Amino acid sequence: MKETKIKTRDLTLYYGAKMALNSISLDIPENEVTAFIGPSGCGKSTFLRTLNRMNDLIPTVRITGEVLVDTLNIYDKQIDVVNLRKKVGMVFQKSNPFTKSIFENVAYGPRINGINHKGQLGEIVENSLKKAFIWDEVKDRLHDSAMGLSGGQQQRMCIARTLAVEPEIILMDEPASALDPISTAKIEELIFELKKNYTIVIVTHNMQQAARVSDLTAFFYLGELIEYGKTKKIFTTPDKKHTEEYITGRFG
Amino acid sequence: MSRKRDITGGLFIGVTAFSALLIIAVIVILLVVIIIGGKGTFSWEFLTSFPQDGMMKGGIFPAIYGTVFLVLIMSIAAVPFGTITAIYLTEYASEKSILAQSIRFAVRTLATVPSIIFGLFGLGFFIKFVGGGMDNLFLGGQLKWGQPSILWASLTMALLTLPVVIVSVEEAIRTVPREMREASLALGATKWETILRIVLPGSRSGIMTGTILAVSRGAGEVAPILFTGAAYYLATLPTSLSDQFMNLGYHIYIMATQSANVDKTLPIQFATTMVLLLLTFTLNLTAVIIRARLRRKTK
Repeated sequence: MKETKIKTRDLTLYYGAKMALNSISLDIPENEVTAFIGPSGCGKSTFLRTLNRMNDLIPTVRITGEVLVDTLNIYDKQIDVVNLRKKVGMVFQKSNPFTKSIFENVAYGPRINGINHKGQLGEIVENSLKKAFIWDEVKDRLHDSAMGLSGGQQQRMCIARTLAVEPEIILMDEPASALDPISTAKIEELIFELKKNYTIVIVTHNMQQAARVSDLTAFFYLGELIEYGKTKKIFTTPDKKHTEEYITGRFG
Repeated sequence: MSRKRDITGGLFIGVTAFSALLIIAVIVILLVVIIIGGKGTFSWEFLTSFPQDGMMKGGIFPAIYGTVFLVLIMSIAAVPFGTITAIYLTEYASEKSILAQSIRFAVRTLATVPSIIFGLFGLGFFIKFVGGGMDNLFLGGQLKWGQPSILWASLTMALLTLPVVIVSVEEAIRTVPREMREASLALGATKWETILRIVLPGSRSGIMTGTILAVSRGAGEVAPILFTGAAYYLATLPTSLSDQFMNLGYHIYIMATQSANVDKTLPIQFATTMVLLLLTFTLNLTAVIIRARLRRKTK
């Protein structure tokens, strides 16, 4: 077993008075792909967003328990959320390019971190786009609007944009749910490459996708973590009946 | 029974259609009368020369110049201030906070205050209080800022047009998708960096629409500048912020009521009205087009 990168302890989250996550404790290993599965509204996306404190943006959210990233409690008062989010990048369900050029999209993160040198920025942009397997498709039109890219290209560009900040962890919230099968395959291939250098946590609705790309799988239901373990085991011989029923498509 | 219903129905269509047509008729008659009355006087010469012979001849250049000067200074004051207020309301204030609700209430109220009240406020506050205070403080009581001027008129007009700017910018800021803000925050940007680099550029067309609507309103209003800076006649153009100025709307009012021979100035009145209408129509049309584009883009 590899080293633990993220560790949550009794993480409980409320939206107003409604409990959305009930005392979740789980360890996410370094340089592996961990998938969260479960029916809509089970709390898997909410849980993902607690890992880089994106839920902070919703005023009614209240959180108890701990999330440790590299043994640091990220809900500690002294934690700088900005630094946390540089370390824990995020790719969203709907590709969300800025209405800027491809270059400026990828350069956005480095720029806000104070890198303004043209050559240095160009290098970061090129490397990030290469890592996201999209360089060849866009290298001749870096200064065109990112809005002109196809959905799949936009999503890979968004991954490049995340990589440009040099995170250690990448959270992916159903990154391929809006894409066609070919684009999805490209994203999955990319995830497989990225896990060599990054810890990846992915929320997915697509069971086959979880089985294909992940090393570990966590099954959520109604805000509870039902089962967590090696993907192979979860998909072949799950311990809980509930998990088996969901995976075999008997409910969901 | 059914026949009676048919007749009533037909009558109803007739009444509604008549009301609608009446509005079109009013506009058409208004335009036709103005164009017929003004077209003989309207010329390049008219736009670029000074009034002559007690304003019974010559052009309206100083009034055009003064109007443009006025709306320029007004925009410089109202647009940044209105934008910043809109940012606070949409991005920082929580919907239910007493402060945000008071600001919204104030903005709504400001929009319904009769424009002559703004004029009186400008006279009392800007000229007497601020201007007079500045004179006493810096010039030893010598009169410079404590009298009507283009600066005070512009600031008074800025107050009047502030609600227009705030509402337009607010609307535009709300059209910037949440996903884009999240993307920025997730890349390690702070909230104000996100506002500065993503939200404001995304609201450009709304800020522009607000500015144009404010300008078109400011170009047409007369009451706020009546006591605060508009002049009956000036032989020279205003060169400093403490100068008075001529203005298109005020010029029409003057010629229609204060002229030695109202009938003789009639063609100039029509032509000036034409210029003012042309100016505000064009501005409004531009704003409508930009806004329509913005709405289409967000859909």
